[in-house]
Amino acid sequence: MHAFANPTRFLRIARPLTPALLLSGLAITAVALVYGLLYAPAERLQGETVRILFVHVPAAWLGMAGWSAIAVASLVELVWRHPLAAVAARGSAVPGAVFAALCLASGALWGRPAWGTYWVWDGRLTSMLVLLFLYLGYLALAGAVQREGGSSRIPAIFGLVGAINIPIIHYSVIWWNSLHQPPSLGWSGSSMAGPFLWGLLAATLGFSLIFAGVVLARMRALLADIQADARLRRRAMEA
Amino acid sequence: MREALDPWPFVIAAYALGVGATLALAAWSWLAMRRAEKRREEAKAK
Repeated sequence: MHAFANPTRFLRIARPLTPALLLSGLAITAVALVYGLLYAPAERLQGETVRILFVHVPAAWLGMAGWSAIAVASLVELVWRHPLAAVAARGSAVPGAVFAALCLASGALWGRPAWGTYWVWDGRLTSMLVLLFLYLGYLALAGAVQREGGSSRIPAIFGLVGAINIPIIHYSVIWWNSLHQPPSLGWSGSSMAGPFLWGLLAATLGFSLIFAGVVLARMRALLADIQADARLRRRAMEA
Repeated sequence: MREALDPWPFVIAAYALGVGATLALAAWSWLAMRRAEKRREEAKAK
């Protein structure tokens, strides 16, 4: 892991990987969503609204995965002070926030025909909304630190503390009464029928590859900005 | 008895939102990366 934290080595790997992840992710997602929209069967109880599953579940998974990535990168930054860890955490924040917002919006669009309401203040929905606010707070904090030149350890601590919300989101439907259904997919198996499960796994894989490509692209942009600023500063001092 | 809502407008809206947001995010990140890397090359050349 230490070997890959070298920015030069990271760029050598990230350059070919970024378009490969984005293009393969877009292709797999397109196939999965066409399947979900046109070919997946309607569900016995939920009817056609179940098709929203193929957007909503990957968005929820990636919203939580984004913050998990921030937390791990923050820990690496605080403990080992790797130069790439802060860049990785910042690179995960925008895509994580977009997918958390997409999860909330697609969930609301699913909730209206399924539950009769766009929103309820129950544990799952509220903790997911808290995650979106955490992302916005993290982005504001990291942006301020970059602008004002503060310590990058401040957003790292925030990223680590915010991770407490991830198990709360996951277990909210088990701990509290909720309109939201309990998890139907876990390490021990799935309660979903095959036509939904395989389509969902394909959509999750496709969106995840896009997410990884976007994180790499944002990390490369952040690194390039840091390197350009350092070079310009050095030139200004020499002049 | 209340009539059930037509689910299709909600399904189409969710897909449009999902595809639109994902494509916009990917395109924005790719263009921002290209812009930043061009800026680095320009700074190197100066």
